[in-house]
Amino acid sequence: MAGRMRLPQGGFVAHDELLTFTFNGKTYKGLAGDTLASALLANGIHMVGRSFKYHRPRGIVSAGGEEPNALMQVGDDPRSEPNLKATQVELVDGLKAKSQNAWPSLEFDVGALNGLASRFLPAGFYYKTFMWPASAWMTYEHFIRRAAGLGVSPRQRDPDRYDKTFAHCDVLVVGGGPAGLAAALSAGRAGARVILAEQDHLLGGALLNTQGEVIDGQPARDWIAAAEAELAALPEVRVLKRTICYAAFDHNFFGLVESVTDHLPRPPENLPRKRLWKLRTKQVVYCAGAIERPLVFADNDRPGVMTASAVQSYVNRYALRPGRRAVVFTNNDSGYGAALDMKAAGIEVAAVVDARQVPAGPLTERATALGLRILGGFAIVAVEGARRVKRVRVAELSLDGKTVTGVPEAIDCDLVASSGGWNPTVHLFCQAKGKLRWDDEHACFLPDAAMQTGQQSAGAANGRFGLGSCLREGTEAGAAAAAACGFAPSDTAASQAEDRDFLPGRWIWLVPGEHPLGHKAKHFVDQQNDVTAADLKLALREGYRSIEHVKRYTTTGMATDQGKMGNVNAIGIVADEVGGHLPEVGVTTFRPPYTPVTFGVFAGRDVDNLLDPVRRTPMHAWHERNGALFEDVGQWRRAWYYPQHGEDMHAAVNREVKAVRDSLGILDATTLGKIDIQGPDAAEFLNRVYTNAWLKLGIGRCRYGLMLKEDGMVMDDGVTTRLGEKHYLMTTTTGNAAAVLGHLEDYLQTEWPDLQVYLTSVTEQFATMTLSGPSARRLLADVSDADLSPEALPHMAYTAAKVAGVPARIFRISFTGELSYEINVPASFGMAVWQTLTTAGERYGITPYGTEAMHVLRAEKGYIIVGQETDGSVTPHDLGMDWAVSKTKDFVGRRSLSREDMARPDRKQLVGLLTKDPKEVLPEGAQLVEKVLPQPPMPMLGHVTSSYHSPNCGRSIAMALVKGGLARKGETLFAPLGDGRTIACVVADTCVFFDPEGERLK
Amino acid sequence: MLLIACPHCGPRAESEFHCGGEAHIERPKDPASLSDAEWAEFVFLRDNIKGLVFERWNHAHGCRRWFNAARDSVTYEILAIYPMGSPPPALDPRRYV
Ligand SMILES: [Zn+2]
Repeated sequence: MAGRMRLPQGGFVAHDELLTFTFNGKTYKGLAGDTLASALLANGIHMVGRSFKYHRPRGIVSAGGEEPNALMQVGDDPRSEPNLKATQVELVDGLKAKSQNAWPSLEFDVGALNGLASRFLPAGFYYKTFMWPASAWMTYEHFIRRAAGLGVSPRQRDPDRYDKTFAHCDVLVVGGGPAGLAAALSAGRAGARVILAEQDHLLGGALLNTQGEVIDGQPARDWIAAAEAELAALPEVRVLKRTICYAAFDHNFFGLVESVTDHLPRPPENLPRKRLWKLRTKQVVYCAGAIERPLVFADNDRPGVMTASAVQSYVNRYALRPGRRAVVFTNNDSGYGAALDMKAAGIEVAAVVDARQVPAGPLTERATALGLRILGGFAIVAVEGARRVKRVRVAELSLDGKTVTGVPEAIDCDLVASSGGWNPTVHLFCQAKGKLRWDDEHACFLPDAAMQTGQQSAGAANGRFGLGSCLREGTEAGAAAAAACGFAPSDTAASQAEDRDFLPGRWIWLVPGEHPLGHKAKHFVDQQNDVTAADLKLALREGYRSIEHVKRYTTTGMATDQGKMGNVNAIGIVADEVGGHLPEVGVTTFRPPYTPVTFGVFAGRDVDNLLDPVRRTPMHAWHERNGALFEDVGQWRRAWYYPQHGEDMHAAVNREVKAVRDSLGILDATTLGKIDIQGPDAAEFLNRVYTNAWLKLGIGRCRYGLMLKEDGMVMDDGVTTRLGEKHYLMTTTTGNAAAVLGHLEDYLQTEWPDLQVYLTSVTEQFATMTLSGPSARRLLADVSDADLSPEALPHMAYTAAKVAGVPARIFRISFTGELSYEINVPASFGMAVWQTLTTAGERYGITPYGTEAMHVLRAEKGYIIVGQETDGSVTPHDLGMDWAVSKTKDFVGRRSLSREDMARPDRKQLVGLLTKDPKEVLPEGAQLVEKVLPQPPMPMLGHVTSSYHSPNCGRSIAMALVKGGLARKGETLFAPLGDGRTIACVVADTCVFFDPEGERLK
Repeated sequence: MLLIACPHCGPRAESEFHCGGEAHIERPKDPASLSDAEWAEFVFLRDNIKGLVFERWNHAHGCRRWFNAARDSVTYEILAIYPMGSPPPALDPRRYV
């Protein structure tokens, strides 16, 4: 037999299929169909962890996803996963589990000293203790996390695969209990495309936990099997088991996680471990059932205290006895279900302690008829037993339920089953912004008006606690959802069953103990975060009123279970204390996820090389073969520099930079954004989006332009060429290509739809290579039929010609200050032309140069790079580029340039910087100050935007944005660095460090 | 994630779209004639209404066309989709508060 507490037969476990597992290193047996929690209980193990703050021994409380205590670390590295609820882990052969809330061990726990020190850990202890200094918080947090044992994340990378899938349906049914099955059946029979998601591996929901339910005259078990078979046969219905719907988003978009292989001892290679479903549905029916809430009484956290429904689940579904002698503590009829089922399973029921003066209800009557001892108007006022319940004391409640009277009676027991009523699972409904209403009769929050269309709730999730009502409401909701999608209802009637509600109830939120609250015993509201009723009252005494504030101050409901069991109890206690009604206190906000979701499913296959698309130029293979190192610019991989013969970066870049100025370099500039602009109004359009004048640019001429946003700040720059009468080619910076196209399209479509202009991105249609250096003309003449004379093709001119036999566009433009030609050829010819140029260029010592050398070369000339010299708060004037701004026409951003603030003399302005020691290179990003103070903070004037060693200048050069920089020429500034050094530098007269007259461009 | 009915491509997921903010704010014909305050109103200030809003949307990862949408910023229900340059549909803002 799998465990000494196992019943010989019954339930939904396979009694002949033994599984072996370990818990904290010891080996046990369980059965197929067990959860880790049921297998532990079958072996008589209740105590599975210690509590977060006080390190009190804690046991399994529930049988589902609401479990606050039984958190486990399951598996070995690299498949070790923390914070799993033992109540949801399906047992597989060879499973290894560890308690995580115990350090150094479950049995001997140093943290239990915290229990003695508990008066130092009141509500708000985080805020009070760790406010300041921040460094102390770091120390404390390390200790607390270790002592609290929040689980250990695996150190190796996750070896498993995860998938994502998209799905669309007419009707999503969340939950496969009686209401959900009925809803799926009626919607499916009408012909709707239905997806039923059930987190469990069995359909049936609460029916699995009870005995003797009859539907349509047959045992519930048979009805479930028939429903499952019928759903499987309906072609438009898909049933997803082991699938948790964790989030409801806008417009009926849902997130679901399907657990595909965790229950398999040897997962097949072809399956992902989990699958994320991104589901859009027209209609949804929430049938997620309800969660029983425990009663809040003195020391209600002792191992062996469980919810009554959990006890029923372990007896009926898992065929085990969670104890030998039990006391039931209830304030409503449903606690009696546990009493009756325990008695039937051979567990001695010592007493049913019922807070109601006159116990009543159908189950109560059956218990009375069976002769169970019922103590009406009584309460449990104390629980004894550190690691397992040994005894309870019960006493009579006063009429108002606030105190106890008489001498308590001790009752020996090893199990307490408590029921404080039920909370409908409204989480997803609320995530979708649905409103709740308070139901006084059942003492619970129910779905009220949905915020989004196509949302219904049915069954216990909607406050229908009788089985017959659940089936009827599910059937109706499913039919209504199908009808809303245009499907005529089928004529099948709802399944019939008896309706037994759990009413009446006597709603007591806080059960009085033998001592004043907070003395000698603790009334736990949130077991996972160790929040007591006394903590809530302290928060109220300290002035907190909003339930959201009380929640954050006490941390109630903020653990991984998000207060599924404790939140309504907390609200009830707060309401009692402030003398208000529960709905006036309100509920806290429900946010996704409903239960924790492993990160892997969000990553899915989007890892490693699939994380982000990589864009390569047609010449990429040549760069690789020639030893280039690459840098990422947006999604592009650009050749960074080409080290030779063991050169370091510095040496390689120096060589490349010198070669361009001395003879000839070649750069792959394919990644520059290229936008083809055509139409009769193209010139007018350019005139409106660029700061300078465009109406008179001749055919075959190029012009540099600055593009602003409407706020006057520089957005992009680049050269645009007039290719023909109504035809232009705009270039943009590599990283801004998409944003610029979007900017242009926006204005064209929304502000100036009357302009006839057509935009096409042609970045990838052309390969671009730049020849730069004194020998550029000679090489190009060798391989081209173009007339390259300065008269035919002056600086800032364009011609179409053949290069290496390929039709090409040649632009005489320069980003280095040298004679340069930018050659565009169709991308498919890029590699061939590049190879021709590099081979033919050998006689001129052609040197491929990368982006780093390009940056140095342009910085020597003081050319800006948008995004490096600018950051969205820099105007053309700040850059000293007034020469590129027209004073006579309107353009996007112009009006902003005349705002008063733009003329402030202390705006940050671009200046050249020269270090006093020419060998020293300022780090880019270094902050600049006027005076160095002994320690920060000191007033900062700006920062270094570009800084390099310039081999052509024989010293370091830099540019910086400096407050009032243009008026600071000749001033000495300082860059205090993180490593303690301070670099002194002088504001230069100009940013142009090389060939200031521009002789070399001619 | 909203489901947005692009007038050219049909209902598509919000992730394919780019929201361009409040609609019906026309670029002034003669910016130079505006005071700093008026220009700032145009460039920077938006109403951020709880209830009925009119927004610009662009099907950025689809047809790349701009269009307008009327939306309830409380329920997120999209009440109308209409072309750029058209006046907003006649909806009673009091119904969407
Ligand atoms: Zn579209």
